[in-house]
Amino acid sequence: MNRTVVHDTFVIDRHYPAAPARVFTAFADPATKKQWWNDPDIEKDAAHVIDFRVGGRESMAGAIPGDGASFTYDAVYQDIVANSRIVYSYEMTMDGRRISVSVATLEFLADGDGTRLMLTEQGAYLDGLDTSAQREEGTRGLLDALATYLDKESS
Amino acid sequence: MLKYSGELDLVFQALSDPTRRELVDRLAQGPASVSELAAPLPISLPAVHQHLQVLQDCGLVRSAKVGRVRTCHLELKMLNTAQTWIQARKAMWERRLDRLDAFLATLPPEAAEATETSAEPPSEPSTQHEPDLPKGDQA
Repeated sequence: MNRTVVHDTFVIDRHYPAAPARVFTAFADPATKKQWWNDPDIEKDAAHVIDFRVGGRESMAGAIPGDGASFTYDAVYQDIVANSRIVYSYEMTMDGRRISVSVATLEFLADGDGTRLMLTEQGAYLDGLDTSAQREEGTRGLLDALATYLDKESS
Repeated sequence: MLKYSGELDLVFQALSDPTRRELVDRLAQGPASVSELAAPLPISLPAVHQHLQVLQDCGLVRSAKVGRVRTCHLELKMLNTAQTWIQARKAMWERRLDRLDAFLATLPPEAAEATETSAEPPSEPSTQHEPDLPKGDQA
């Protein structure tokens, strides 16, 4: 296998017309989070377990419809400040291969009568999709996933 | 790594069309001639050429003419960059945060006193639902 690591940081900045406490609750309360977090197409049948406390874990596992590639998501909450900040680390695997290890920081900032939500995600992306045996399969899985997102975007 | 992001925007755009996704799916199985690609599709040959042009413009597909036959293949390097995965991850977050927006819109309005009014003395805890939060500073 071709061992590679690519590091990346991206930031997404959003405004929501709801108070920080309410936006925070959407991440903090497991029952609430399950109402919107999962992609209904890709993660519909995924088993999703949430233990929202510092040191608590969140996990999800399932298969991508279509090509059946299995994925897992495992997170550990590292820092929680009520209504203000959540920091967690997580890894993802695809068909048993660890594909990334990331740190995600969510900041909930009062912004007028709403909330500015800043997501910063710092990741180490591992080994690409570089083995010839898995190349085609991985490519197709990725394409399917991309297409699903794009379909939803354009609808 | 940023030099890829413009190309990837084009890739995402190219893949937003179902016919082009079908072409890419077919090419993921191996190289094919333009007429082989066109055969199963319910569209004209010129239309297939147009779709292939879009896929070539973004670097996803390459073609070579041998004699009178033009053969296309998927440029897998384009898809095997970690940047593609990162872009997908970011797209996942964008979709997720859109769903949050839609979800928040379904909630009943927040109690008015929760935000601005400071004239009243602090009253009993609000009835707004709060999760049981652990202390942030201990494990």
